[in-house]
Amino acid sequence: MRPLPELTPENTAFWTGGAEGRLMIAFCDDCARAIHPPQLVCPECWSEKVESRAVPGTGTVYTYTVNHQPWAPGMAVPFALAVVDLDGAPGARVTAEVVNADPESIAIGQKMKVGFLNIDDVWFPQWEPAQ
Amino acid sequence: MTLNAAITGVGMSDIGRKTGRPAMIHLAEAARRALECAGLTKNDIDGISTYPGKADNSPGMSPLGTGEVRNALGLKTRWHSAVPDGPSQMAPIQVAAMAVATGQARHVLCFRALTESSSQTASQRASIPGAGRARLGGWYSYLVPANAMSASNWAGWMAQRYFHEFGMTREHLGLVATGQRAFAQANPAAVMRTPLTMEDYLGARMISSPLGLFDCDVPIDGACVVIVSAADAAKDCAKAPLTIEAMGAALGSQETWDQRADLTTMGAHDSAADMWARTDLKPADVDVLGLYDGFSIFVPYWLEAMGFCGHGEAKDFIAEGHIGPGGRFPVNTGGGQLSGGRLHGFGLLHEVCTQLWGQAGGRQVDGASVGACGMGGGFIAGSMLIRRA
Repeated sequence: MRPLPELTPENTAFWTGGAEGRLMIAFCDDCARAIHPPQLVCPECWSEKVESRAVPGTGTVYTYTVNHQPWAPGMAVPFALAVVDLDGAPGARVTAEVVNADPESIAIGQKMKVGFLNIDDVWFPQWEPAQ
Repeated sequence: MTLNAAITGVGMSDIGRKTGRPAMIHLAEAARRALECAGLTKNDIDGISTYPGKADNSPGMSPLGTGEVRNALGLKTRWHSAVPDGPSQMAPIQVAAMAVATGQARHVLCFRALTESSSQTASQRASIPGAGRARLGGWYSYLVPANAMSASNWAGWMAQRYFHEFGMTREHLGLVATGQRAFAQANPAAVMRTPLTMEDYLGARMISSPLGLFDCDVPIDGACVVIVSAADAAKDCAKAPLTIEAMGAALGSQETWDQRADLTTMGAHDSAADMWARTDLKPADVDVLGLYDGFSIFVPYWLEAMGFCGHGEAKDFIAEGHIGPGGRFPVNTGGGQLSGGRLHGFGLLHEVCTQLWGQAGGRQVDGASVGACGMGGGFIAGSMLIRRA
């Protein structure tokens, strides 16, 4: 059973944007910094004008790992986890499972696009190769 | 630049896998040995300090808090602390050093006790944060629900980036694992003492690429106690006090395992730099090292963070034989956590102290008088320099 994140004022947009196919990232309206994981206050300028908005949902693999160990009952292995630098949100990365690809084919520098897995009230980002 | 604080005694229980012994029995045994080492009695102990305190966030991770240990051992303390947030598993020792330096206590019993091995079951692995909870919060809620459940995964993607940038290979990490196993063979207390060859290492199953089975430390049951004493009180102890020369706790990046701008560095780099800024000693003065090896990849990171070699140079430093048996900068001479068992850093400090007291038997580093210890991986990091007074 996959554990779910608790939904909070700062993270609800991130975890539910997938319902509309959108990857939602928090940004500071005053200094334009991307903030991930999302926060209520900008860590750069302490502005409270933080709002989430959709980014393109594409990015570049900064790093990855292929997990072979079943950490929980029923976990299907192997699968790749990709840490992806987001297009449109400099300095922010989203780590998620890779789907629709051979886990061993993933490489640093590869272009990825987002999709979503819905469980309960959460839409988990997942990465797949952009091409 | 010396703190008015010293380590005066260390003690470790008989550690093992699936011992079936309650944590308190391990703790009492470790405490008895530490008091004997220091030449103190329980009535001398007036402070108690631990990491993280009683915690149920992962099976067997921390079954004892300060309260029940104080009750069970009949301690009358003037000061106590449990530190879940702080500069790594080293936090309780750093906090204790500050407590004795400011007169809050004279002799602090710092402990780590765990039963991760016995607590693991078919459905409950050790060190899965938030295991069993309905909903997760905090930094790991962005990782665990994405099936990045284990620190093996987080360390795996750090290692992958490091390999990519600097050309490190699994053979380099194999030298860490096999070197520490060679040390463990000379340590009767280590849990893994059978010879480990490079062939064994490379042939083992993959856990989270590029990290395989022997890149991961070993969950155990056991306890370790370190006694931190005020400098003036330390003079009355059985052994030459080990003065705490400098400590580092800096962290300049987010508390997550995937957002640090450069994942070929980690919190260790901030913490160690801060430690060196507080002493006139240099890496060349260090004789023996205890570097956190929850995963083998942390050892090269810590070597670079502490300045024993440059950024990206650890693979060559390791291949040149500096850190294994007979090397100039021997690391984790008791076998570390990879072969000695995971005592969450306390075991590494225990070994450094044992070396500085010249009591490491067949693995003794001749004339060791200055030790460096770094605990933690990812964003978690505490650094400490200790020396024979």
